[in-house]
Amino acid sequence: MRWADRSVALLRWLLLTATLPTLLVVIWWYASRDSTHFLFRPLSDIWAAFRQTWLGPRLVEDVLPSLSRLGQGYAASLLLGVGIGVLIGLHRTLRALVEPVLEFLRAIPPPALIPLIGLFAGLGDTRRVVIIIAGCVWPILLNTVEGVRAVDEVLTDTCRSYRIRGPRRLYHLVLRSASPQIMTGARQALAIGIILMVISELQRTDRGIGYAVEEFQTSFRYAEMWSGVIMLGLLGVALSLLFRLADQRVLRWYHGVRATEKGGRQ
Amino acid sequence: MTAAAHRTGSAAGRTGPPRTRAVPERVRSLLLGLTGLVGFGLLLEVLARTGVVPARYLPPTSRILTELVDSAASGTLWAAAGNTVLTWAIGLGLAVAAAVVLGLIIGSVPLLRAATASTIEFLRPIPSVAWIPAAIVLYGPVRAGTLLIVVYAAFWQMLVQVLHGVVDVDPVARDTARSYRLGPIARVRWVVLPTALPYLVTGLRLAATVALILTVTGELFVGTPGLGAEILRASAGGAVATTYALVVVTGLLGVAANLAFRALERYLLSWHPSIRREVPA
Repeated sequence: MRWADRSVALLRWLLLTATLPTLLVVIWWYASRDSTHFLFRPLSDIWAAFRQTWLGPRLVEDVLPSLSRLGQGYAASLLLGVGIGVLIGLHRTLRALVEPVLEFLRAIPPPALIPLIGLFAGLGDTRRVVIIIAGCVWPILLNTVEGVRAVDEVLTDTCRSYRIRGPRRLYHLVLRSASPQIMTGARQALAIGIILMVISELQRTDRGIGYAVEEFQTSFRYAEMWSGVIMLGLLGVALSLLFRLADQRVLRWYHGVRATEKGGRQ
Repeated sequence: MTAAAHRTGSAAGRTGPPRTRAVPERVRSLLLGLTGLVGFGLLLEVLARTGVVPARYLPPTSRILTELVDSAASGTLWAAAGNTVLTWAIGLGLAVAAAVVLGLIIGSVPLLRAATASTIEFLRPIPSVAWIPAAIVLYGPVRAGTLLIVVYAAFWQMLVQVLHGVVDVDPVARDTARSYRLGPIARVRWVVLPTALPYLVTGLRLAATVALILTVTGELFVGTPGLGAEILRASAGGAVATTYALVVVTGLLGVAANLAFRALERYLLSWHPSIRREVPA
């Protein structure tokens, strides 16, 4: 009986998840089948281009370097953002001192910095990683500050009563309480990081997925160009799935609390 | 209210009762903030003047500020900034309107939410910049090309927040509304909106930030007129101080937007704990 219930639920989930995407792809396939428009190529052409372009050597030559730069920039942003964020969040005076400067720096759209970063970091890989850091660090840093600032008062008082101080307070009270907000910042940073990964590769010829897509566009190979757009989409989806796995691991307690709060009251 | 006053007092320090500290606290943080800004400017000035950082990479703050004043007097700066603001505002407006309407509809119907979840999860993480080549081919260097990527990016930011907000409605409140047989409009006004409002305002702020980033991106890489295009021109011509001045302008634009949206947040969410906490008792 339980088994039957579960398989019905699974079937329902499959149906709900798969119907709309399948429908959209089928519509696209048939609507574009006889397309002779120079830009909107038939999906079958794009699919062929995808297999030829991205399931070959370009996966290693273009996709991997892009992802590695994103990984480096993102990891550095996490370290910097959480480290500095906790420091600022815990000290009222420091926060008041640096808040306007931070507000200004984070308000600068990171792409505007690209020409300036080029001056300092040359044109190599360093420049691209720095561009990613320049954009990713702000959401993490500012969310950490907010999260640390908004630590529950009862918990703070409890910690004070029990004289929990130092690293234990930092880990069990401050980081724990701020972690949902830190993860929110990390999620925003990931989206910005992918954007910057792509645009840091435009303009100056080198390797990378953004470079490849631009090359296809300027050489009028539009089926390949669209296959690059799809590749970027798949990367975005894969990274957001990875992030969700990480999120569920880090915030298991938080999601658990939310679920029992909701379930218990119903 | 008294409880809140006591808490703020204990958190602020032991030097006096909260009521006499209320105004000085605000003045103090303002002064500290100004000190921070001036200190930051001075630091950059010193770094450039002493040659720690070569002046051709980082001009002294005073030169950047002079450049800023000069270009503000010339008028091209205002035209560029106007173009940027216009593209940004149109893109943000379109994205927010579409996201709120769709979000309320999808969020309120559980079946619709379940059926669209996978599609939204797939389309949302597609980086909006992936559309840049397509925008260039489709529109060329005009506003529509940049709008395409701005709307795409801002729409998902907002939609996801609206959906979260609608789903987050407290079951007790929802059941109460059902018991009192509130109609659909009354339910949106009294149950959904108070829960969703913080999410909506957050979504608006996030969407505005992302929209500004992509407006500048579009100006840099699609070639739409605006501050981004001016930055590209200045840096290609080797005018480093002008480039810095223009970057400062984009920053000021971002700050203005953040302040405006934060004021809106304070106004709309004055009852919310996260806002109440910051106001000294």
